[in-house]
Amino acid sequence: MASLRYLEGAVTLRLDAELCIGCGMCLEVCPHGVFAMEGKKALVADLGACMECGACALNCPVQAISVTPGVGCAVAVIQGALRGTEPCCDCSQGKGACCS
Amino acid sequence: MSYRVEPRLYAVGAPDPESPVLVTANYKMTFDFVRRELGGVDTWLLVLDTKGVNVWCAAGKGTFGTDEVVRQVEATGLARIVSHRTLILPQLSATGVAAHRVRDATGFRVVYGPVRAKDVPAFLAAGCQATPEMRRVTFTLSERLTVVPMELAGGAKFSLAVLALLFILAGLRRDGFSVEAAWALGVRAAALYLAGFLAGALVTPVLLPWLPGRAFALKGASVGGVLALVYFLCQSKELTSRAGALDVGAWLFLLPAVSSFFAMNFTGATPYTSPSGVRREVRVALPGQALAAALGLSLWFLSHFL
Repeated sequence: MASLRYLEGAVTLRLDAELCIGCGMCLEVCPHGVFAMEGKKALVADLGACMECGACALNCPVQAISVTPGVGCAVAVIQGALRGTEPCCDCSQGKGACCS
Repeated sequence: MSYRVEPRLYAVGAPDPESPVLVTANYKMTFDFVRRELGGVDTWLLVLDTKGVNVWCAAGKGTFGTDEVVRQVEATGLARIVSHRTLILPQLSATGVAAHRVRDATGFRVVYGPVRAKDVPAFLAAGCQATPEMRRVTFTLSERLTVVPMELAGGAKFSLAVLALLFILAGLRRDGFSVEAAWALGVRAAALYLAGFLAGALVTPVLLPWLPGRAFALKGASVGGVLALVYFLCQSKELTSRAGALDVGAWLFLLPAVSSFFAMNFTGATPYTSPSGVRREVRVALPGQALAAALGLSLWFLSHFL
């Protein structure tokens, strides 16, 4: 959404232009229009819009993209910090996690 | 009622070997929406076993993944049913599926269709071409409102514990425990806490694009701050007494703290906040919220205990 922006400086997305073969998959899969094509290569046009979903990195056939995806839930971050583990969503409510 | 659909190859309308193959999750709502939005278009619908979970969540968990796509293509003998070698996957499955690896394993090329099922007919009619809008995830007001109930339910358990604490603290006096006071003051404090909770879990999501700052903690604190100001103005007569001043002072801290905390939690329900950003926000905001809450709670307790 044009009017909804988040904290832009923390984004871990990186595109290695040397490795890029210009296939355009990153443009196809990105839900926020982060990438653009310039000539025969892709580039990051809007880094701040990235939500670190990881679709681009997963679908780049030459692994030119890296991003550290993770649980974007504040509850998960807090729980993880309290337990000394990675962010983990305790949305299980006792029986079976809500999203698995 | 079961919300899972049997994973297999379905025919929508009357498809033939040339008809497109759409791939989807076996969550009943997803399955029903896709079929409904297809209207009269003849397609094959390959339903994966995503444990009854929708596309985006399943992809994130890995159940709508490369392996499952490959498994179902092979299990259904798809290569013998269609003459082409193209699979159309929902765009939001891309977080779980590596298109090039599906092709290597099955010989089927993956094309990512639009984000929303309603755009599939137009996508197909345009020869599997998507407009930029078809590839964008939005977070409109109605989309925000859809996830608010989940946030409210999620905060309920924590809130009940807080309310219990408030009632107990409300009744504590220097000469013992007073049930009347616990009730009278407790109800009042509960109402104010709930106002703060709703400020963060409902009002902030609704007003999200128009609230100050990028961080949700700040947006929530601003709503809580307005609430505190309103309370201050309503209680202006009470400020002359020590108890009244302490009470008002308490909520000047508590209302923004509570609202800020629940607003920050809302980041988990959004389709645009990055986990790295959320980690940064929690690191900065949580100590402030905790401090303000502790301060506010102390002032509130002192307002009736002294």
